[in-house]
Amino acid sequence: MHLNELTIEEAQLKLDRREITALELTQACLKRIKEVDSEIKACLIIGETEALKEAKIADERRQAGETGPLLGIPYLCKDNIMAKGWRTTAASRILEGYIAPYDATVIKKLRAAGAVLLGKTNLDEFAHGASTENSAFGPTRNPLDLSRVPGGSSGGSAAAVAANMCLFALGSDTGGSIRQPASFCGLVGLKPSYGRVSRFGLLSMTSSTDVIGPLAKTVADAALVLQVIAGQDGLDATSVPERVDQDAFQRAIQASDWPGLRVGWPKEYFLKELNPEIRRRLEEASEKLEEAGAEIVEISLPHAQYGIPVYYIITPAEISSNLARFDGVGWGLSHPAADLQEFYKKNRGQGFGPEAKRRIMLGAYVLSAGYYDAYYKQAQLVRNLIRQDFTEAFKKVDLILTPTAPHPAFKIGEQVNNPLAMYLEDIFVTGASLAGLPAISVPAGLVDGLPIGAQLIAPRLGEAQLFQAAQFIVEKR
Amino acid sequence: MAITQAEVEHLAELSRIKLSPEELEKYQGQLSSILDYISQLKKADVKRAHLESGGEIKNSWRPDSVKDWPREEVESALKQGEIEAGQVKTKRVL
Repeated sequence: MHLNELTIEEAQLKLDRREITALELTQACLKRIKEVDSEIKACLIIGETEALKEAKIADERRQAGETGPLLGIPYLCKDNIMAKGWRTTAASRILEGYIAPYDATVIKKLRAAGAVLLGKTNLDEFAHGASTENSAFGPTRNPLDLSRVPGGSSGGSAAAVAANMCLFALGSDTGGSIRQPASFCGLVGLKPSYGRVSRFGLLSMTSSTDVIGPLAKTVADAALVLQVIAGQDGLDATSVPERVDQDAFQRAIQASDWPGLRVGWPKEYFLKELNPEIRRRLEEASEKLEEAGAEIVEISLPHAQYGIPVYYIITPAEISSNLARFDGVGWGLSHPAADLQEFYKKNRGQGFGPEAKRRIMLGAYVLSAGYYDAYYKQAQLVRNLIRQDFTEAFKKVDLILTPTAPHPAFKIGEQVNNPLAMYLEDIFVTGASLAGLPAISVPAGLVDGLPIGAQLIAPRLGEAQLFQAAQFIVEKR
Repeated sequence: MAITQAEVEHLAELSRIKLSPEELEKYQGQLSSILDYISQLKKADVKRAHLESGGEIKNSWRPDSVKDWPREEVESALKQGEIEAGQVKTKRVL
């Protein structure tokens, strides 16, 4: 077995026993990237010298007696998260030449923990998309089938983990962008509770739903990363004070059963139109939960059908505001023009790709006088109904089980000219985002030879419960 | 819920984005079909809904204190734009 194929847990054990060094582990990942990434195109930039230096420091820290879950573990990071001194692109031309002047809080925490940053991964421009095809640098390919997309928007991170270029990767999830690529690439993808992880240093998309989280090979690895990156941060006023309970995570992952667990099966997510093979895989997942002691309960989320329309009003609205700061002044793309208005229009016109432009204009539309009440205000009202649906459901059940995506990975180019079809990819994942709830996608078997994910949703701050049930689904595969 | 080319032009103007004639035409069709889809939201019954139920998130407060940011990080941020006398330089506004 090659070192880059190890899970974090396995590597940690070998590092603790001095069987391997962080340097060897890092070299194995860098070698793998060189071998396969010219085809997969998961990475936008690799910092070999910097990574080797960080690995040596991690080895020295271990020599000095320090231990830690991520000390010496190599990872990749989605390129919408800032790492000091690294080029940061968000896969957009508008950030041309931009160098991050400071670390995102998550990067700072990972540096302190001794994790080794290998490089930055591809994404849909500013995380707008579900396939990683909306990147100014071209699409990433799914390592399990190179003719297919890896999902998105954290597609580069998912492809990199699936191809063993790193031991884990960071993604961001605004409306499914960690969970859906995890489903397409056969990985574990965690969207933590809103506020669980600081957003400071994440390039804002939809500030009311953006969350940073891990893409990992196992549930235990996802838990290890979460315990390092979580925590309140004075630089993000929406981060929450509740601490993660590492012992609870450990107990959750090691538990062999959960007597009395009630798992909700929302009827609105299992309509007759659902791919029968996906339904079958989800039934198998529910059987595994039953073996661990769970009772499956049919529940109703009556406003589920409005998840996509609500999401695609609130998200463009927030994008039109968040992306207003990219104006050619102060950093990034900056072509001269006759006057200020012309300068803005020219640089934004050339700098943003088609999906960013569509979303900015859609946002301007739903926020404009005469349309605000019918679209934006209505969407906020229905968002609260969606949130209440979950609150009601969690009075009856501990967790909710749904598919992550309506189908396995699709072909590159298949729906690139149909933005609405791309939006419908998010049908099962927007609910948890709009309600700020933690959700995880775990591998639930194959459909047409390709992986698909099962999604578990928990009440706010219920990540430990997610890990426990997720482990039941993957363990008995 | 079709929108006209003139409306797309207006949105582009509001968004400070210059579009080519081809883009205008393409986005007119695409935005119309997206608006068609999201307009189903108008059918949602919101009689029971209110805007205040913002979930369990509370305001998070911190002292409004001045913090010294590392000098080299400030400089590295500033030097990415056009600087004159320590200020970011832009085009005339008025």
